[in-house]
Amino acid sequence: MYIGKVIGSVVSTIKISHLEGRTLLLVDQLDLGGKETGAYDIAVDTVQAGPGDTVLVMDEGNGARQILGLDPGAIRTVVVGVVDEVTVGG
Amino acid sequence: MKLGRVIGTVVATCRYEGLEGVKLLVVQPLDESLKPDGRPQVAADATAQAGPGELVFVVASREAAQALPEVFVPVDLAITGIVDEVALETGPRRQQPTARWRSPASKD
Repeated sequence: MYIGKVIGSVVSTIKISHLEGRTLLLVDQLDLGGKETGAYDIAVDTVQAGPGDTVLVMDEGNGARQILGLDPGAIRTVVVGVVDEVTVGG
Repeated sequence: MKLGRVIGTVVATCRYEGLEGVKLLVVQPLDESLKPDGRPQVAADATAQAGPGELVFVVASREAAQALPEVFVPVDLAITGIVDEVALETGPRRQQPTARWRSPASKD
């Protein structure tokens, strides 16, 4: 999992059935200082996160299928939490 | 999933079993501002409706094969949707941190 920031959303009409009715968020991975790194993912939202939110992102297929109730499921990246506070090295 | 631009098509007559009928497209991966990022790759089109010039998103690794009708196929990149719009947040919401961040690298 990693901590990211929601920097936008993606709108799509033509998509695979696993993605129907799901919100797609653009999430930029943050570094240890909380700054954007430019490494991004399009993630499925499960926590009603919005632009600017600091979020917890899971990037693993089996976990994604399990929480979304899909089998098979072609989803790997899911926003699974909104982060309130991070403490590193202290 | 990542953004990509379809830049070409691939024809392969002799294929591994299960891959018959799967459309293969050349996709240029893009960064979040839609600039090319990395080398072009070949993706299986799980939407069956993507074509050259289109902005799409792709799923990589084992999840790619799960997007196709036949799940156990040797595919590691699949187009899972065609993008209508990318709404990128550029205003103050992006600059203002929503989480308290305590680390030696930040002065918060």
